[in-house]
Amino acid sequence: MEMCSDPSSIEGINWWMCYMSTGKHQAFYASFGTVLALLVLTVPVVMVLGFSGAMARKSAIAPLRWFGLAYTNLVRGVPDIIFFLFVPIAMDQGIEYLRHKIKCPEVLEPIRQGNDFVVCTIAKMPLGSSAQWVHEVYGFMLALFAFSIVFGAFAANTLYGAMNAVPHNQLETGAAFGMSPRQVFWRIQVKQMWIYALPGLSNLWMILIKATPLLFLLGVEDIVYWARELGGAKTNRFAYPHPDWRLYYFAFLLVFYLFMTWMSEKVFTRISKRLSHGQAMAGAQS
Amino acid sequence: MSCYDTFTSYSLRAIGYGERLLPKSDITLCEQFVLIGSGMIWNVYFAVFAMVSGFGLATLVALGKASDNRWAAIPAKAFIFLFRGSPLFIQFFLAYEIFILIPKAGIDINLGFAVITAETRWLTKAWLGAVIVLFLNTSAYSGEIFYGALRAIPKGDVEAANAFGMSGFKKFRRIIWPTMLRLAWPSYTNEAIFMFHATALVFFSGFPAWQQSGDALYYASYFADKTFNPFVSYPIIAIYFVLFTLLIITLFGWINRRLNRHITPEKRIKLRFKPQFIR
Repeated sequence: MEMCSDPSSIEGINWWMCYMSTGKHQAFYASFGTVLALLVLTVPVVMVLGFSGAMARKSAIAPLRWFGLAYTNLVRGVPDIIFFLFVPIAMDQGIEYLRHKIKCPEVLEPIRQGNDFVVCTIAKMPLGSSAQWVHEVYGFMLALFAFSIVFGAFAANTLYGAMNAVPHNQLETGAAFGMSPRQVFWRIQVKQMWIYALPGLSNLWMILIKATPLLFLLGVEDIVYWARELGGAKTNRFAYPHPDWRLYYFAFLLVFYLFMTWMSEKVFTRISKRLSHGQAMAGAQS
Repeated sequence: MSCYDTFTSYSLRAIGYGERLLPKSDITLCEQFVLIGSGMIWNVYFAVFAMVSGFGLATLVALGKASDNRWAAIPAKAFIFLFRGSPLFIQFFLAYEIFILIPKAGIDINLGFAVITAETRWLTKAWLGAVIVLFLNTSAYSGEIFYGALRAIPKGDVEAANAFGMSGFKKFRRIIWPTMLRLAWPSYTNEAIFMFHATALVFFSGFPAWQQSGDALYYASYFADKTFNPFVSYPIIAIYFVLFTLLIITLFGWINRRLNRHITPEKRIKLRFKPQFIR
């Protein structure tokens, strides 16, 4: 905007309009999109992982069952935050390790040299020469992966509980009708389990929303990052000098999250009403 | 340096005793175990103080939310919504920003007959500031749990109390409160576990670590940075957390048995590890 070309000369409402539309503020607004993108992209992965985890726990093959049990229990005993720190670094090093083994097998020096992790240049992920956005997308993908693993385990717990909550009589009825175990599982158990899974899943969604600020810890430029960046005190060297406004920026984030929670609660109440339609149970209970 | 020496010099490092310099190179497994364990002192401290102080407020909040009086119900509901509806991470940041705005010199409170000075300079330190945030947060979560339990108290129990001529505080102390606790206990156990896990967030909360005395995650990430190897320090802290989780389950299991001692064994509420929420 033209009037914003000399910020020091304007004041009042115009100053605010110019201030709120700087490039950095636009990045701040766009970062809300990053958070929503994370939510939208994580949910399908979480559901797939959760469903696979629950099926693994019910599996007839013992090692698979043990794996399912370990996966679902480990995440419950350890703070999620530790997984968020661990998984991205571990993933990153794992990928680089594999690429190093494949792309430059002629290098024989060990990768772990004392306190350093050394891979050949072309094995770096992403390549040092890649554009900035590749680095950002890669970081975001690692974060997405960490979120999916942790929440997949929670979802596996919920879905496993829901599968077991389906009244046994219904499954026996299916068997009596001549359905195979596989048919009983897919046509009755999985179809009926959603009402039992809903409270757990809605809880999980709330948790997921409230876990999104952890993106900041994973180095993604999310809303927390920009709130800190923009809210910090700006001296006169900046175009829009202001004292420390982080309090207001964080208060805004708080309102944003409260709004998200409030909205989700409304939506889930509605879904629950619809799913419990025709079910012989008092409300939805897991 | 033998592992015993490491233990004597670093086991209380997190609270400022022992060797001043942290190990910088040739970091041994023993040093990682001892220092991260030393950091756990802080995590235990945060969890215990927040839970103990939060217990009282949680009861009040639950009673407030269940109350017929609008002036009690609305603030209680708002309090629960505020702290359960927003991420703990943001609460930490916001609280820190508020605390640094409060004048460091202390606030004089005039009581009319005497002037007391409220010490405020400690608020920006983790040992007080973070505990306050965790205290409010756990009060809201436990308050909601207690509220659910209050509503689940069998009507017959309350009617029996009325029939015995109990009223007001006596009824609350002898009938309502114990029953509420008994019903809420399994969920409250899970809350305690998650409260303990949430103390790991203090590391990121903005409250600075002073003289490299930090919580367990502070040392774990210190080691991960120094060795560039996440496969040692993070599993170590994970082991510590699993151990403490088991300890919490044991302790709360004892209390659960005591709370249920008058109930026939078949009707007792089993303690099930069923964590449902993170902040």
